[in-house]
Amino acid sequence: MNKTWLIIKREYITRVRNKTFLLSTFLTPLLFIFIIGAVVFITVKSTKMEKVAVGDSKGLLKGFLESGKNMQFEFIENADTALLQKDYTAVLLAPGEGINSSDRFRIYSRKNLNVISESAIQRQINEAVETRLITSSGNISKGAYDSIRQQAKSVGLDNKVLEEGSEMKEGNAGVAYGVGYGAGFLIYITLFLYGAMVMRGVMEEKTNRIAEVVVSSARPMQLMMGKIIGIGAVGVTQFVLWIVLIFALSTVLGAIIPGSVMEQVNQANQGGAMAMQNQSSEAIMKLAQTKQTLSSVNWPLIVGCFLFYFIFGYLFYAALFAAVGSAVNEDPQDAQSLMFPITLPIILAIIIMINAITQPESSMAIWSSIIPFFSPIVMMARIPFGVPGTVPYWQLGLSMAMLVAGFLFTTWLSAKIYRTGILLYGKKVTLKEMWKWAIRKS
Amino acid sequence: MNLLEVRNLKKYFATQKAVDDISFGIEKGTIFGLLGPNGAGKTTLIRMITGIFFPDEGEILLNGKPFSVTDDIINIGYMPEERGLYKKMKIGEQALYLAQLKGMGRKDAMDAIKWWFERFEMQSWWNKKVEDLSKGMSQKLQFVSTVLHNPKLIILDEPFSGLDPVNSNLIKDEIFRLSRQGATIIFSTHRMEQVEEICDQIILVNKGKKILDGSVNQIKQDFKENLFRIGADSTIDHLQCNLFEVVRHSTEEILLKLSPDTTTNQVLSHFINQGIEVHAFNEVLPSLNEIFIKLVEGTPLARQFEAKA
Repeated sequence: MNKTWLIIKREYITRVRNKTFLLSTFLTPLLFIFIIGAVVFITVKSTKMEKVAVGDSKGLLKGFLESGKNMQFEFIENADTALLQKDYTAVLLAPGEGINSSDRFRIYSRKNLNVISESAIQRQINEAVETRLITSSGNISKGAYDSIRQQAKSVGLDNKVLEEGSEMKEGNAGVAYGVGYGAGFLIYITLFLYGAMVMRGVMEEKTNRIAEVVVSSARPMQLMMGKIIGIGAVGVTQFVLWIVLIFALSTVLGAIIPGSVMEQVNQANQGGAMAMQNQSSEAIMKLAQTKQTLSSVNWPLIVGCFLFYFIFGYLFYAALFAAVGSAVNEDPQDAQSLMFPITLPIILAIIIMINAITQPESSMAIWSSIIPFFSPIVMMARIPFGVPGTVPYWQLGLSMAMLVAGFLFTTWLSAKIYRTGILLYGKKVTLKEMWKWAIRKS
Repeated sequence: MNLLEVRNLKKYFATQKAVDDISFGIEKGTIFGLLGPNGAGKTTLIRMITGIFFPDEGEILLNGKPFSVTDDIINIGYMPEERGLYKKMKIGEQALYLAQLKGMGRKDAMDAIKWWFERFEMQSWWNKKVEDLSKGMSQKLQFVSTVLHNPKLIILDEPFSGLDPVNSNLIKDEIFRLSRQGATIIFSTHRMEQVEEICDQIILVNKGKKILDGSVNQIKQDFKENLFRIGADSTIDHLQCNLFEVVRHSTEEILLKLSPDTTTNQVLSHFINQGIEVHAFNEVLPSLNEIFIKLVEGTPLARQFEAKA
């Protein structure tokens, strides 16, 4: 045990001190933040003031087009595309106005309008036409209709999930979908990332010819487990650092970016033309709503399960990756072909997961979230839909027990391959031979 | 008492009998040569002695007690033929890591490393990485990490490969010194002149079986062919007799193979009687190299794969 600890320590320290580790750990969140920053910046930059000339002699849009911070409408008699030569960015013509001989509204511009402005104009025209049609045919005043619409908006659909007994809980399929998808994908990536790291580490020991020296001091099993646990610890460290850094950086970034910019971004996202008051109140409502749905997710359970499936999924596959690494000689091409039987179930798992997340209670989703080859990815996608609602306790328990048993099995199997492979030089090993090593009695 | 006693050791792999019933004993403080052609089973034998492999049959006694993987690792220092180091690790840390893996405490290990680094003038290497070392330098480091924990049994597989004569001598002197201090050394190599120079006792392994066992001198005596070298000026006419056959003849030197019953004095008087001045007369013993080739030749170098019995 003492020796395994020494090996873990070496694996961990040499990796954590490595420049690539430091760079990837500290640059990834920066890159992440940078991308977000860039998107914000570009959005702000691209929402310049649009000055739109409106040709609407019949008054179809009168009282509906509201000028906002990013868009200004001017009703002009006999508006024509010639106005584009002046300082108007676009000309909106009602049916039958100027060159617009069609029965639809048309907007003319020299450059394409940006998507946000276009959708804002479209929404306002729709609203105008709808209101006009209803008020004129139904004999309702515009004010009355507006209040009706406001009421309709505030009703909407709330998704409530009935928990065991009578307890009611706010549910949200969208959030569960997002969280599940993210968690499953994250596990998928880490399996590959750290699994390959284990394989490379074993290959390094073999090609450097250090393996025999070490194996004469420690058992091969200790060497293998030391490496797997050491690299797993590196993975956990990296994750924790990422989370801390992203949290810290976004807090700092939030403080640095002036409020007005954020407001502008918000406005740009919302369509811009709405009245400021109305808009900000709606934004606050939305924010509150998001907060509520996010808090409806059982975070401690998800984080706990994520850690469990991350750690044991990693252990399950890392042992297999180590076995492959031990069988490879100098030629990395061999690694590719020997890795295939390991990468196949991981890729299969992500395909099943994408399917299972839309139907978390299908029998395919249930069974593949119990089989250890797929469970780390598929089960993580199902858990956010609710335990014990979507995932009964027996399924979760069975899945976890199977994964732990699977990890013990792959480790036992891999140790036998590893023991033989790591001391075998100069011979190309086939999968069949590896299998023979694994099933051989010792 | 023998430090190491190997009894009826067997290890069969699926395709061949790597070690097939080998027994031998090594006295404490001696230097023991383990010889054999490529693929003879030397490495498998060593791996069993170092606890890397478990024998299928037979037993290994270290200091009179059955070898135990957990307790005896500290007693053994093994430098394999296929040896290397972690390329990205600093030299000092690497030596410390390997010593701790053997089971040494941190402080003891540091003291031993300092002592050895000073001895080999390696102090300035501490913070260098292995990838910056020459092959000879990393060989020295490997030797140091093999003997650092003061093992009772040191196993060296081709320890001089890749070393220049100066460094070879440095290591050789250390081997002698360690042996004088009581360490037992197993020395595996193909270089017979080194074996003659260094080893007290050898065994020769071929195709998984022991085919020769004994002290270097005894083996040479066993394989001598009654060859004698005479330094004398002579002509063909002087050599006509039935006491010996002439193997090689030049004007100053003659190589003779004596007939079974002939004594050396008879030969000498043959020359003296003819009035020939003899200025040198000595027996020619076969070199280990010749014995090795003679015993191994005829068996294919790469072992045929045989079905498991």
